[in-house]
Amino acid sequence: MVGITSFGGYVPRYRLNRMIVFGSMGWLNPVIITNARGEKAVANFDEDSITMAVAAGMDCLRGVDRSSIDAVYYASTTAPYRERQNANIVAGALGAGETIRTADFAASLKSGTTALLSALEFAAANPGSKAVVCAADCRLGRMASTQEMVFGDGGGALMVGDTDVIAEYKGSHSISYDFVDHLRGARTKYDRMWEERWIRDLGYGGFIPEVVNGLCAKYGLSPADFDKVVYPCYYGGARKKINAMFGEGEGKVQDDMLGTVGDTGSGHPLLMMAGALETAKPGEKILLVSFGSGCDAMWFEATDAVTKVQDGRGVSRWLARRAELDNYQKYLVWRGMAPPDLGVRGEVDKETRWSLVWRNHKQILGLVGGKCKACGTQQFPAGRMCANPDCGAVDQMDEVYLADKGGTIFTYTGDMLAASLNPPAAYGTVSFNGGGRTVLDFTDCTVEDLAVGNPVDFSFRIKFYDPKRDITNYFWKAIPAVEEVK
Amino acid sequence: MAEGIRDKVVILGMGCTRFGERWDMSGGDLLVESLTEALQDAGIEKKDLQAAWLGVHIDEINIGKGGTYASTAMHLPLIPVSRLDNFCASGTEAFRGAAYGVASGACDIALAIGVEKLKDTGYGGLPDSPAFGQEMVMIGPNATAPGMFAQLATAYAAKHKISMDRVKEAITHVSWKSHQNGAKNPRAHLRKAVTKEQIMGSPMVAYPLGLFDCCGVSDGSAAAIVCTPEIAKKLKPNDPLVKVKALQVAVSSGEEAMYDKWDGASVLTTRAASKRAYEEAGIKNPREEISMMEVHDCFSITELCTMEDLWISPEGGAPEDILGGFYDLDGQIPCQPDGGLKCFGHPIGASGIRMIFEMYNQLLGRWPEDRAVKDPKFGLTHNLGGVPNNNVCSIAIFGVD
Repeated sequence: MVGITSFGGYVPRYRLNRMIVFGSMGWLNPVIITNARGEKAVANFDEDSITMAVAAGMDCLRGVDRSSIDAVYYASTTAPYRERQNANIVAGALGAGETIRTADFAASLKSGTTALLSALEFAAANPGSKAVVCAADCRLGRMASTQEMVFGDGGGALMVGDTDVIAEYKGSHSISYDFVDHLRGARTKYDRMWEERWIRDLGYGGFIPEVVNGLCAKYGLSPADFDKVVYPCYYGGARKKINAMFGEGEGKVQDDMLGTVGDTGSGHPLLMMAGALETAKPGEKILLVSFGSGCDAMWFEATDAVTKVQDGRGVSRWLARRAELDNYQKYLVWRGMAPPDLGVRGEVDKETRWSLVWRNHKQILGLVGGKCKACGTQQFPAGRMCANPDCGAVDQMDEVYLADKGGTIFTYTGDMLAASLNPPAAYGTVSFNGGGRTVLDFTDCTVEDLAVGNPVDFSFRIKFYDPKRDITNYFWKAIPAVEEVK
Repeated sequence: MAEGIRDKVVILGMGCTRFGERWDMSGGDLLVESLTEALQDAGIEKKDLQAAWLGVHIDEINIGKGGTYASTAMHLPLIPVSRLDNFCASGTEAFRGAAYGVASGACDIALAIGVEKLKDTGYGGLPDSPAFGQEMVMIGPNATAPGMFAQLATAYAAKHKISMDRVKEAITHVSWKSHQNGAKNPRAHLRKAVTKEQIMGSPMVAYPLGLFDCCGVSDGSAAAIVCTPEIAKKLKPNDPLVKVKALQVAVSSGEEAMYDKWDGASVLTTRAASKRAYEEAGIKNPREEISMMEVHDCFSITELCTMEDLWISPEGGAPEDILGGFYDLDGQIPCQPDGGLKCFGHPIGASGIRMIFEMYNQLLGRWPEDRAVKDPKFGLTHNLGGVPNNNVCSIAIFGVD
C-alpha cells in the first residue's frame, strides 16, 4: 500500500491585513477593495520559496531518519534558480543523503500535485522507499493589483512511501490544458493575468468539476462520496458552486485559508492537504485537487495511523504563530519592490566562492557539525581537529545533522549598525542541544523576544543575496522555539 | 618560562599625532608626523634607525599592503620594514617586533610605528570586511564590532545575575570617566566632558550599547623608537629609562567559539596574556602594584570585563570597582588617563602605540598636574583585537627605574 506517510505545512510569521494594502494603494485602483478581506501571509525578508519549502519539509520530517529518504521533489513557480537544481538545496537543508533522486517541478500552479503524483509513482516502483515533496511559492503582484491582494506566501510538504501510511493513495485523474489565466515570462518579476470572470467561470468553474467527474467516472465514485475535499480556488462565487457538487457535510470542504494566508500558488494544495490531514479521521476519503495549466485530482483514504502524526505538525501552529506586519512600505522593501538606502554596509560586495561552498556544502545547507569519536564532543563547525582543548583528536569526526536539534540562547544583541532589511539585526551565540555553539542570526523575532537561556529552533533562511551575480546564499538562523499546537 | 623581555629594551623616544578627523592628511602624512616627533624626542636622526615594524590593519583604505608605502612616505634609508596585522593588537605587535629585534641583538635602534586612516572609509564604525575569511561570510551573521562586543554584556549580566540596568550604570561610568580624562588631552579626538545622562540616553547601536558606549572612528599615527638600556644611557645620560617590563600576546584557540566551557563574559586571551605578562614583569599582585593602565575600551563593556580579565577587579566585582571610582583619574588605578579609545578613537594600527605613548609620558612625569598620575611605578597597556569569542590580546607593561 502506497500513500502519504507524513505531512507538514509552513506559513510565515508575518501577516499583512489587506485593508492596509487597500489603504495604501486603493487610491490607484479602488477595485481591489473586493479582495480586501482578512490578511495574507508575507514571507520575512530572508525567506523565499526554497526556505519555505524547507520549513514545510522540516515540519513534515519530524522524527524521520534523514538517511531513509530516497527522493526529494521541490515544486514552485518562483524557484530562485533556473540552472542549479533547487531541489538539491532543499534536500541538503533537510539532511537527506546523496544517493537520492531529486527533481524540480516548475512553471505551473499544479506542479505541487504533479510532484506528489511522481513521488507516489516513485514509491510504488521502489518498494520500501520514501519520497518527500516540498512545494512553496512567493509570488508577486504589482502594487495595487488583484494578485497583490490575493497572493500569500507559504508552502506544504508531504512524505510518501509504503510503510506507516496515514493516507492510502487510491487513484488519480489529470487534465492538462494550455489555458493561460496567469503567466510570467522568463524575464518578468510580476504575475500578469487575463480577465477575472473568464478565469473564474471557465477556469476554476470548468476544470475542477471536469477533473473531479473524470476521477469519479474512472473509479466508480460520486463526488459526494468524499469526506474531505481539498482544492484551491480564491473566487468565492465559483467555490460555492463547486462545493455544491460534493453535497453537505460538516467541515467537508477544507478551508482555503484565503482570509488567513492567501493563495500560495504551487504550495497551496499541499498546504491545504496538511490542514486536512491534521484533523482527518481513520477511514475518511480525501480528495485533493490542484488548479493551474489543468488540474490533478487525487483520491486518498486515511488509515488508522493518521492519528499518530496528528501531533501539532501541519498548519495550525504556524497560523497561531503570527505577527502583524503593520506597514505596507516594509512589505515593499522586503519583496524588493522599493529599494531602500542601507548605507555603505548595504553596498558590500560579497562574492560567492563556489569551490568553498562545495567544500562546506553540508555545513552550509544542512547545519551539519561534528561529533568527535575520541571524546564525544559535539561541535560546529566541524574541523579536522576536535575543538575540545583536552582532546584535539585529528580526523575522528562523525557528521551530525544539527538543524533539527534545537538549542538555547547563550548571548544576543540587536545591532542597529549592521545593514539589515529588518533592523536591528538580532544575532548572538546559540548553544546546540547536545553540545557545541555558534554565532547565528536570529529571525522571526524582535530583540525584546530574546533572553539568555530561551529555547530556539533553527530555520533555513536567505543568508545574503548577491545582486551582481544573482546568487541567493542560504544558511540557518535561530528562531524562538515554535510552540506546538496540540 | 623563558627569561623574557624584562629590562632588555627601553623606549628612547616617542611621537603621537593628534587623533581625529584628519581630512587634510594622508596615512603617509600622519606617519611622518609621529615619526618626526619620535626622532626629536629620541634625539637621533632617521639614518640611525636600523629596522622598522609597521602596524596597520585595514590595508585597502589607507596604505596598502607590505611596507613600501610607509617606507616611501617616511623616506626610510633602505632598512627592513615589516608590516604587521594582528587586528587591534597591530600597534602593540609592531612594538613587540621592534623590541624583540633590539633584544635579540639583531639591531641597536628600531622603530615601531602604526597608522590607520579610518576617516577615508566612509563608514561610521569600522568598515565591513571579511576579517575572519570567506568561510565565515557564508555562515556567520552580518555582524559589526559593537554587536559582537555587546554580547559580553548580555552574558555578563546572565552569568553574575546582575540586572542589565546595573551593568548599564557601570559601563556608563566607564565612558563618563574616559570623557572626563579626554577633555583635558589636546591630542584626543573627542574633547568634551559629557554627563552620565547623555551617555545613558544616547541612541542604541547594539543592545545594550549606546552611541557613547562605543569608541570613535579616527585617523592617527603613533611611533616609538626603542634601543638597549646601554645605548639609551649613552644617548640620554640624564634621563630616567622607561623600560619594557613585559610583552605578551595570546590568540584564541577556537575554544571560546566552539567549545561549551567559555562563559561569554570574559576574554580568555586577556586572562592568559596578562598572567604571563605579570610573571614576565615580576608583578605578584596587580591590584596593588599596577599604577595606571590604558586598556582596549573599544566598547565600555569591554573595559568592564577587562578589569576582571586583568585580575584586578574580583570576578563579578568590576561594576562595584568602577562605580566606586577605583579606575578614575584620582582613583587607585587610573584607567585611560588619556581618554582611551573612547576619546582618541581607534585608528587600529596606531592605538597600541598611542597607549604606550601615554604610559611613557606618565612614567616620565611629563604631563601637567591636572592629568598626571601620581608616582607611577608600572603602567600597563592592553589591546584586544577580533571579537570576544575569537581574538588577539596583547599586554605590555612598562616601568621606570
